[in-house]
Amino acid sequence: MNSLTGTRALARLAFRLDRVRLTVWVLGLAVMPMGTAANYLSLYPTEADLRAVSAVLSNPSLVALSGPLFGLSIGGLTAWKIGVTEFILVGLMSLLTVVRHTRTEEETGRLELIGATVVGRYAPLTAALLVTGLVNLAIAALIALGLLATGLPAAGSLAFGLATGLVGMLFAAIAAASAQLTQSARAASAIAGAVLGGTYLLRAVGDTGPTWLSWLSPTGWALHLRPYAGERWWVAGLFVGVGAVFAVVAYALVARRDVGAGLLRERLGSAESSPALRSPLALAWRLHRGLLLGWTIGLALTGAVMGGAAAGIGDLQSPNQQLTDILTRMGGNNGLTDAFLAAIFGITGMVAAAYTVQAILRLRQEESSGRVEALLATPVGRLRWAASHLTFALLGTALLLAAAGIAGGLGYGMQVHDIGGQIGRLLGAALVQLPATWVLAGFGTALIGLAPRFSALAWAALILSVLLVELGALFGLSQWIVDATPFAHVPKLPGSAFTVTPMLWLTAIALALGAVGLAGLHRRDVPVA
Amino acid sequence: MTEAIHVDALVKTFGPTRALDGLDLSVRTGEVHGFLGPNGAGKSTTIRILLGLLRADSGSARLLGGDPRRDAAELHRRLAYVPGDVTLWPNLSGIEVIDLLGRLRGGLNAKRRDELLERFDLDPRKKGRAYSKGNRQKVALVAALASDVDLLILDEPTSGLDPLMEEVFRQVIREEQQRDGRTVLLSSHILAEVEALCDRITIIRDGRAVETGTLADMRHLTRTSIEVGLAGPVTGLDTLPGVHDVQTHNGTVRFDVDTSALDAVLRHLTTVGILSLTSQPPTLEELFLRHYDRTQADEKPQTRVTR
Repeated sequence: MNSLTGTRALARLAFRLDRVRLTVWVLGLAVMPMGTAANYLSLYPTEADLRAVSAVLSNPSLVALSGPLFGLSIGGLTAWKIGVTEFILVGLMSLLTVVRHTRTEEETGRLELIGATVVGRYAPLTAALLVTGLVNLAIAALIALGLLATGLPAAGSLAFGLATGLVGMLFAAIAAASAQLTQSARAASAIAGAVLGGTYLLRAVGDTGPTWLSWLSPTGWALHLRPYAGERWWVAGLFVGVGAVFAVVAYALVARRDVGAGLLRERLGSAESSPALRSPLALAWRLHRGLLLGWTIGLALTGAVMGGAAAGIGDLQSPNQQLTDILTRMGGNNGLTDAFLAAIFGITGMVAAAYTVQAILRLRQEESSGRVEALLATPVGRLRWAASHLTFALLGTALLLAAAGIAGGLGYGMQVHDIGGQIGRLLGAALVQLPATWVLAGFGTALIGLAPRFSALAWAALILSVLLVELGALFGLSQWIVDATPFAHVPKLPGSAFTVTPMLWLTAIALALGAVGLAGLHRRDVPVA
Repeated sequence: MTEAIHVDALVKTFGPTRALDGLDLSVRTGEVHGFLGPNGAGKSTTIRILLGLLRADSGSARLLGGDPRRDAAELHRRLAYVPGDVTLWPNLSGIEVIDLLGRLRGGLNAKRRDELLERFDLDPRKKGRAYSKGNRQKVALVAALASDVDLLILDEPTSGLDPLMEEVFRQVIREEQQRDGRTVLLSSHILAEVEALCDRITIIRDGRAVETGTLADMRHLTRTSIEVGLAGPVTGLDTLPGVHDVQTHNGTVRFDVDTSALDAVLRHLTTVGILSLTSQPPTLEELFLRHYDRTQADEKPQTRVTR
């Protein structure tokens, strides 16, 4: 037996466990670029159309959001439009997959069961990287083939597929290293996720100002590989080099540490419990505070960077019909800066909803882990228990939206010398998103109450909402389909008139869904495995 | 005599599985009641219904004079529970879990808690994810035992404890027994534990109570192993009621006899003349094995003891 024995068996097990999840990821990531390219082909049939739109896209604010537009072609435009989204998602998929098959297995003790069989020391990590590598290979190949099939040039299609796959593999390696640091899988994912978010912000700042900053960011490299715009293949070497460093660190750490241990030592807790820890809400605070703090910081930073970038849009000399069109599709109506900010906060609302879903599903995790049993054997009723977690899903989302709004107001206000006024305006722009996120919280609660085994569908609802809002207009879907998502009804602030009716409707729907879910939870058996 | 728990013809199904199939259970106030059965017999399901976590399909359950589901909050103030599979919050320390559960129940006795921590030799500062299975079990036990409640519901409470700690657990339960009016429902598949601690026992199998009574009651249903040296050949022994597995070897006869048939069998043997006699007293172990040996029970349903 050598240190890699069992890798194949473990990899096969991972594919078996993740067959649905990974299939969805692969298909989703493969289809998006192809769909975007096909859409642009029909939208901008002539050179002149392209020229018109590209003049607009070099605007600093859009550059902050999506990166610089390198190539004046359908391919270049596609890579620009979908690139950053694709890179973030593939990074997320990769880091979650690696942590799931390394640290999660270890934390739950399943690795111990496996480790006692004929399995080499490096086999679990190698299997996780192998699986993630094969998935990224599939994604890269499907993207390249899909783009090629829509009639785009071969080199650029290959470059875009390659860039996506390389971002995925790099974050697989980063996650492999972060999984060695902590005993907790959540913390390992959070560290790798923070790195991913950080690289996006670094690129946003770098692309609008000091360019060297975006060369510190892997999402930046992927854009600078320049698919469809004179591909720079050597950039791929950066991924390979840095990825190899992280992988070597991960393997070195695996060799040095005990199974179950992390590099960061688990500290002993306090010998006294805080007197405040005496209610389900206090318990929920302990369980949610790390997540909430991380998200708040992340959204505040994003808000500040994007608010700062928004001032740049005023530099544009002659706003034309194309730009207005694009920004209208992204969510705004009047005034370019406002339209940009409205688009940013529209996206922020959907990003914040990811926290909402994550927080609401903690309720279900408490149940499926069995922890709820001891709790519900005390006088705490299940509704009070559910309410303690719902509080964080609902008000926690409000907190992080407010943080994004205030930080955005600061970032933009400092540029236009109107901090006080802008904070108020952008706080409003952020908080109008709240009822839409609550609808997702309500949907999650309904799932937990009525179909607990399918609670994870709350994620599907969020992803579907995002796709419909982001790509619905682009693909010319009927308005009634797009209207099925809560985010389609959010007033586009700042800029548009604030209308209270949709907010009330969304809140009412959220309440109704939540009530149905709580009624189901009240009636049903707990715990359902 | 009052009953702390009364369960009547309880039925609970999970899809096609019939977890409880007309279960009866009666626990008297102040007693330590053993709830004995193999894995999957329905012990935890029963307990979860008693806690109001699961809803029974039919039958009735009463707990401390109340309805387990409707009066849950009220009843839970008066009971403490140790789950069969203890999972703790990974980022809460042992003491935090103990105090939280105690406070939610309406307060716990800090002096008693510290004494129990000492006796169970538990470091309360560790985080939940750092505890071994046995130590997680200790956290749940200390949390339950440090509360001043009328009823303790313990679902296989010693699983994962080492023999030393099992002994500590037994001592603590014996002390509880001394205190007036404290009722304990102790589910287990460890016979020695139940034999050592319980006033009365209910044996459950496939979702049904197959036996209920005191240990002495149970012994009537057990078999004694006899090895006897006889003065001459014996005939007709294997046709006597209650005699099993007769083996003869050089004038020595070995057999098992239902404890209730012992008298008649010994009378029969004394007519031949007894030279030596060794008997092995019945154990619950043996009764238990007989109850749960499915193949035997299925082949010879008449050997199943039902009352």
